[in-house]
Amino acid sequence: MEKQITVTINGEAKTLNVEPRLLLVHLIRENLNMTGTHIGCDTSSCGACTVLMDGKAVKSCTVLAVQADGKSVTTVEGLATGNNLHPIQEAFKENHALHCGFCTPGMMMRAVELLDKNNNPTEEEIRWGISGNLCRCTGYNNIVRAIQYAGAKMRGDKLPSTDPVFV
Amino acid sequence: MIQCKTSKEISGMGHSMKRKEDARFIQGKGHYVDDIKLDGMLYMDIVRSPYAYAKIKNINIEKAMKVPGVVAVVTGKDLEKYNLHWMPTLMSDTQMVLPTDTVMYQAQEVAAVIATSRYAAADGVEAVEVDYDVMKPVVDPFKALDPKAPVLRTDKPGKKDNHIWHWEVGDKKKTEEVFKKADVVVKEKMYIPRIHVASIETCGCVADYDKVNNHLTMYMTTQAPHAIRTVIALVAGHVGLTEEKIRVISPDIGGGFGGKVPVYPGYVIAIAVSFLVGKPVKWIEDRSENLQADSFARDYHMEVEMAGTKDGKILATRFKVVADHGYADAQAAPSKFPTGLFSIATGSYDYDTTYMEADAIYTNKPPGGVAYRCSFRVTEAVHAIERITDRYALEVKMDPAELRMKNFIKKEQFPWKSPAGWTYDSGDYHQALKKAMDVVGYEALRKEQAEKRKKGELMGIGISSFTEIVGAGPSRDFDILGIKMFDSAEIRVHPTGKAIARFGTKSQGQGHETTYAQIIAEELGIPAENIQVEEGDTDTAPYGLGTYASRSTPTAGAAAAIAARKLRDKARKIAAYLLEVSEEDLEWEPGVFFVKGVPEKKKTIQEIVFAAYTNHPQGMEAGFEATHYYDPPNLTFPFGSYICVVDIDKETYEIKVRRFVAIDDCGNIINPMIVQGQVHGGLTQGIAPAMYEEFIYDEDGNILNGTFMDYLVPTAVESPSWETGHTITPSPHHPIGAKGVGESPTVGAPPAIANAIVDALAPLGITHLDIPITPYKIWKALKEKGKI
Ligand code: FES
Ligand code: FES
Repeated sequence: MEKQITVTINGEAKTLNVEPRLLLVHLIRENLNMTGTHIGCDTSSCGACTVLMDGKAVKSCTVLAVQADGKSVTTVEGLATGNNLHPIQEAFKENHALHCGFCTPGMMMRAVELLDKNNNPTEEEIRWGISGNLCRCTGYNNIVRAIQYAGAKMRGDKLPSTDPVFV
Repeated sequence: MIQCKTSKEISGMGHSMKRKEDARFIQGKGHYVDDIKLDGMLYMDIVRSPYAYAKIKNINIEKAMKVPGVVAVVTGKDLEKYNLHWMPTLMSDTQMVLPTDTVMYQAQEVAAVIATSRYAAADGVEAVEVDYDVMKPVVDPFKALDPKAPVLRTDKPGKKDNHIWHWEVGDKKKTEEVFKKADVVVKEKMYIPRIHVASIETCGCVADYDKVNNHLTMYMTTQAPHAIRTVIALVAGHVGLTEEKIRVISPDIGGGFGGKVPVYPGYVIAIAVSFLVGKPVKWIEDRSENLQADSFARDYHMEVEMAGTKDGKILATRFKVVADHGYADAQAAPSKFPTGLFSIATGSYDYDTTYMEADAIYTNKPPGGVAYRCSFRVTEAVHAIERITDRYALEVKMDPAELRMKNFIKKEQFPWKSPAGWTYDSGDYHQALKKAMDVVGYEALRKEQAEKRKKGELMGIGISSFTEIVGAGPSRDFDILGIKMFDSAEIRVHPTGKAIARFGTKSQGQGHETTYAQIIAEELGIPAENIQVEEGDTDTAPYGLGTYASRSTPTAGAAAAIAARKLRDKARKIAAYLLEVSEEDLEWEPGVFFVKGVPEKKKTIQEIVFAAYTNHPQGMEAGFEATHYYDPPNLTFPFGSYICVVDIDKETYEIKVRRFVAIDDCGNIINPMIVQGQVHGGLTQGIAPAMYEEFIYDEDGNILNGTFMDYLVPTAVESPSWETGHTITPSPHHPIGAKGVGESPTVGAPPAIANAIVDALAPLGITHLDIPITPYKIWKALKEKGKI
């Protein structure tokens, strides 16, 4: 028994018929062919699938598509405005906050929510804030730095240097 | 400060150029295997065994075939008809693709369901009914050696035990003599736990067989696409799939770390099904399947001994290893080295006597032994030597830094021949440790520790001064299934002076698109921005053995430099022709040939390349392309010194890493930002087994923590803020003096952390704890010692 839902994805309203058990992440990846949102686990642990639903970061592997009915969903594809990257995107590139890029979309979506609530978080707040998102490649140092950089950009402060710091 | 020979515009070596590949990743335009969607594509899901050891009495597929969307269920019996039910492993052992009668580990593939959608395939898996006759598994490798233990590999005619191979190196007799005479002998049993690479992307593929053209395109998460193509041809040649009919494409890979080197049964089944039904078949593992069934890493039981004088001079070492390989020897190691490069275990120290032996054992666990961010068992080796060195320092009551300084091979002793047979290329171990000590403030920390000890507080300082061995490797010693481990680069410069370069390696996050471009930019003066790097497509890239074991820079990076130098030689000829001078009259600076003493008489590389297509000298081949296959004369030996400071809560034994300073020496640095990123990432993968990760099996062979719920990959909270730096000791034999860095931190960090924790607990009589060291383990050890 399929159910009709309407979801606004990255600003565009889509009406589709879906199986009630369909996961939001599969709706996004398979039905809507937006593959920027990734799947890294089957236990809601990794956060690779993180998207914003009505501005709140959710793990889209843990939300049913039908629960997104009537809601507005933002994925990594919706972060940039035209040719302008979102500050978090620029920050990740400038600070080498990604290696393989697999965790990156989810990590950035979580960071966006974090910064929306508090655009000047401490390192500790950032580390706890992204602790639902796993990255196996970067060791997190530069992700923390990138989120600080994006915060500065969003606040309109002077941007910190992005040169690597060696002891 | 790193010196750069090129301008920022050119961005050759030494520039922290921002990564070229990032644009697509930050905009959701990466192209990973699960993003591939082909017309008519079917989905495969796998039925797995709930038991570690069982006979399959019957597989009933009737109900599964009635599930809407299911088109086929494939069992071992189906594959047997084509002789595809077994496959070779990388170590020339054999492994089942699908079983015909017996399952050998929990989560082993039992049958595959093919359906029109992912969900239908999963429904099909639920509906397959398998009848098992459960047997008592052999889980412990030591019990597996018991003559009464059941022989697991009954498929091997005449096999009477569970022993796979024995290996040894060094001088047994001499070692025994030195140990007998030595004033001080220390010994510890160490276990390096079974862990998993746990890259955030799991494994998967899309097998696309085109019946009309008898051609297979295999998109797959592989770190070694060319080797895979050859292996497929060797396995499937008999059904008409010969090597020219196979194209392996490795798209963007979401982390590999060695886990994407082996061929897993799922890939083979997907190919077989696509071949039979003539449609593309996609198979993507779930995380739990990935953890429970894909190749593990480590699982080494070691007895480690060191002999020395009373005043702290190391005289000899001895190592005895029992390696649990699971039910098949499917580790990834070069053919000649069954224990990989474990023989680097003599470490960074100047002594001449060692003996090492290892035995590999079959058990009812998944097969594997991948080189997880490690040149084939180097992690185990470095843990052994760095732990026992600290143990020895404790015994002779010497500061572990002082003891290391006393025993280090001196920089003027390089090239240095190790007692296990390696020739270390270059090093300055004293400098690296000194720098780490200065940065961390070693003296002050020791004073603080002494104060704290008086108050009963637990603070520890741990050092690891490791020597790595990477860049496999010289073809006289290194091959995988007979294929020599060289690597390759091909550079084509277009008439307008922009280039494309292709390689036999495959990045999984290391940033090759940027660093290879920088190497070529350094040699040719073409801006790295204008050099497009491509890897992973066997139809277009030159043959190579892939990316793992920190081999890309030492092999393909060298190939890039040499191919570029061939082009520079050609450029010199063209410039001489254009400027009407002899070649000797020309001088090179990045991007320009000019006449000696007349700098305004010059030709830029772009002008020269254009001339190669439009106005090249008579008799010279037109165009501007070069290829090089690089066979290294030796391995490279990166090294480093790491210092870790921990505070342990004296009531809860919670361990807090207060500081972690890592000084790495990987020779000349191509991109400092990327090198640092690699070190950060590797350090977090080093703290992982040191404090958090370990697979646990019960006596029935059930894996107790095979999901991300209970296998603890460090988050940003567990991972400390790393402090990293470097010294630079170029490799004398490498064309650009580079050594490779990716795995140093994974290898070097665990003993630094373990040494720090044991140092904190030493006043309570603790001399060793196996990793991962948890509060519970500390509590238990202290309880056993009667300290609480
Ligand atoms: S895929 Fe891992 S949390 Fe959603
Ligand atoms: S960049 Fe690879 S998992 Fe984060």
